[in-house]
Amino acid sequence: MGATMSATKHRDARGRRRVAVTGIGLVTSLGQGQADTWSALVEGRSGVRAIRRFPTEGLRTRIAGTVDFLDTDPLVAPALSLRFAETAAEEAVGQSGIGGKGDFPGALFVAVPPVEMEWPQRRALAEAAAENGDVTYASLQRAAASRRFDDWHDLFIFGTVADRIAERFGTRGSPISLSTACSSGATAIQLGVEAIRRGETRAALCIGTDGSVNPESLIRFSLLSALSTQNDPPEGASKPFSKNRDGFVMGEGAAALVLEDAEAATARGARILGYVLGCGEKGDGFHRTRSSPDGAPVVAAIRASLEDAGLGPEGIDTVNAHGTSTPENDKMEALGLTAVFGERTAGLPVTSNKSMIGHTLTAAGAIEAAVSLLTILHGRIPPTINYAQPDPAIALDVVAQARDVPVRTVLSNSFGFGGQNTCLVLGAEPA
Amino acid sequence: MSGEAHRDVVVTGTGLVSCRGEGLDAHLDALAAGTPAPVDAETYAPYAIHPAASLSWDAQIPKKSDQRQMEAWQRLGVYAAGLALDAAGVKDDAAFKAGLHLVVACGGGERDTAVDGAILTGLRAAEDPGAYLNERLLNDLRPTLFLAQLSNLLAGNIAIVHGVTGASRTFMGEESAGTDALRIAQARIASGQNEAMLVGGSYNAERPDVLVIHEMGGYLATGPLRPVFERDGEGGFVLGSSAAFLLLESAEHAAARGATPLARLDAVASGRSRREPGNVGEALAARWTEAGATWPDAVISAATGVTAATGEERAALARLAPDAKVHALGDLIGHGIEVAGPFGAALAAGLVARGTHREVAVTIVGHRRGEGVLRVQALRGA
Repeated sequence: MGATMSATKHRDARGRRRVAVTGIGLVTSLGQGQADTWSALVEGRSGVRAIRRFPTEGLRTRIAGTVDFLDTDPLVAPALSLRFAETAAEEAVGQSGIGGKGDFPGALFVAVPPVEMEWPQRRALAEAAAENGDVTYASLQRAAASRRFDDWHDLFIFGTVADRIAERFGTRGSPISLSTACSSGATAIQLGVEAIRRGETRAALCIGTDGSVNPESLIRFSLLSALSTQNDPPEGASKPFSKNRDGFVMGEGAAALVLEDAEAATARGARILGYVLGCGEKGDGFHRTRSSPDGAPVVAAIRASLEDAGLGPEGIDTVNAHGTSTPENDKMEALGLTAVFGERTAGLPVTSNKSMIGHTLTAAGAIEAAVSLLTILHGRIPPTINYAQPDPAIALDVVAQARDVPVRTVLSNSFGFGGQNTCLVLGAEPA
Repeated sequence: MSGEAHRDVVVTGTGLVSCRGEGLDAHLDALAAGTPAPVDAETYAPYAIHPAASLSWDAQIPKKSDQRQMEAWQRLGVYAAGLALDAAGVKDDAAFKAGLHLVVACGGGERDTAVDGAILTGLRAAEDPGAYLNERLLNDLRPTLFLAQLSNLLAGNIAIVHGVTGASRTFMGEESAGTDALRIAQARIASGQNEAMLVGGSYNAERPDVLVIHEMGGYLATGPLRPVFERDGEGGFVLGSSAAFLLLESAEHAAARGATPLARLDAVASGRSRREPGNVGEALAARWTEAGATWPDAVISAATGVTAATGEERAALARLAPDAKVHALGDLIGHGIEVAGPFGAALAAGLVARGTHREVAVTIVGHRRGEGVLRVQALRGA
């Protein structure tokens, strides 16, 4: 079957199964659930606030978009990430009405932050070693051998978050835990789309989650000069595409999408919320943290997503930008968008949810895909807040106030350290 | 392309690194000889580990600046990826590599153990532990260490050093990450989505932080080294520094560029059981059937040596493959967590390529979760 094959109701122009979205779940610093996050986003409210979870004395950055209404014991990134993911998945699976309780008839793809033991646990091991000299990892090993800390093994290995979600929701097959840095959430969706297109599964639960606002994570980004240091007021710090942008603000949250073979979703009478029309990706070998100066990989990823969706640049109604508020990202993203959309760029609305929820890192691609679908469903583009001083070098139509326009298609961009560029095209109807 | 076509997937190059040295031949020879694996029982006593053989990094990572910006797990992986590209004859084909997609299975990188130790020592007497931790981390962490720790930066370094820039995805999740990396890469080629994929993983065992993680739970073998399938009682694994990459291609693509494939990677089955008693044996039997394994000449088992799961695997293999020679990968190179699946697949391809085997099955049973079976066969008409 070649590219000329005509599209049918349940197959795209290349003869591939269409991928429908039948459930959306969201947790952000703005609230739990689609409704709370959406109403805050369109009102232009910020979820960025002073960090209260740990002492910030001496730190250059003391703000984040933390999710403070859900917690765990111990309060560590993998446990928080699991809690956010389960909360989002519960909402998405509930909305889709697929399967039965604990019986999700499809595969699981979870974008999770890389896992490490954290400082409270290292300290507890050091104390349990009860030694007087310098603490070394040999001390920690001796404490670990006491068998008192055995529960922490599962807490701090990489596969546990996905394993527990698989157990709770009864997903099928081997759950996949993945990272493509700050594009991870988009990659989780892409993996689900591909599995459905290949006919391996009729449904996929795709999740991006991140609960890693803790001292060391924050300091690591701070040492790379990636974070905004404009702590006061917190809600003013994230300023995508503004002239005075000075870095991103860490955020937390999760999103879950239930993807289904459109034919199967239709057959079971499910309400289809939208479609994932296309996915595109392109690696960049220029530098560990910086994009190729010519923007070619960003351009290639956007073009690949359009091509995969069977759309030309004129087919995109709005862009949900990666828009981190770092000097580098926003410049490169604008360059990439301008290259792809040409003269249309000036009239193509672009927005960044990160202005309000911060950069939710591993979760960002999934959260922003979910917001893109809500944008389509509501016909309203959420604003990019704090766009008071436009960067004259960025000739984009940045949506500074929520804009009511019919939206049929959204391009959602995600870019990450290590040369990761992943773009999704979401649509109201099959292309 | 409908996306559901099924095409033959072949292995056209492998890159292996472990305590046995580098390259497929060194490992096949060691497997045949059955000699004991080099072990270091001193450095991290009471834990033994299998350290990586010393490598000439310059051979695969020409720039010293690149070598310096990586930690050991990344250097091992980038080195092995380079070996695989060389073996497949594509190392100098910049255009091919620029479009080549990558799936990597790995965990995260090393910590600065000296910094951690000093901070933990200082925290004992700190009046304000929170402020002390902030101050020390800000002052003592190397800014670039983060980039040597992030899971997806192994793939990032392969892109930078070797120019493999199609796009990469990194799978985490211990042993099943390696199995699933192979499964997804194989499926993408079989379905026509991609013509070629570089897939593999890397693990550095020479780091005390991972020994802490695996001592919690009691998963590390201690005492005299015993063969994987004879570790009754306490059981556990001996970690081994290792890396394995494979270049997979559609049979048509390999033929069109005149490559000589080693073997076909026909099927990769991967699943998750609850790990209640009996689950591992049942899951292996189910995956065995899914993978279409029939009467393999040999089985390469990535059994960890963790007692219950390895016991069930031994019994399952006695039923499923009573006539096959079972090679424990752990006896050859130690346990490399995410690397086990790709390493096993590469060895299986090597056994088939040498003509001594027609079909080899690889089993990957994770120490906590995940059961996988993959099947490697001789080329059609071979």
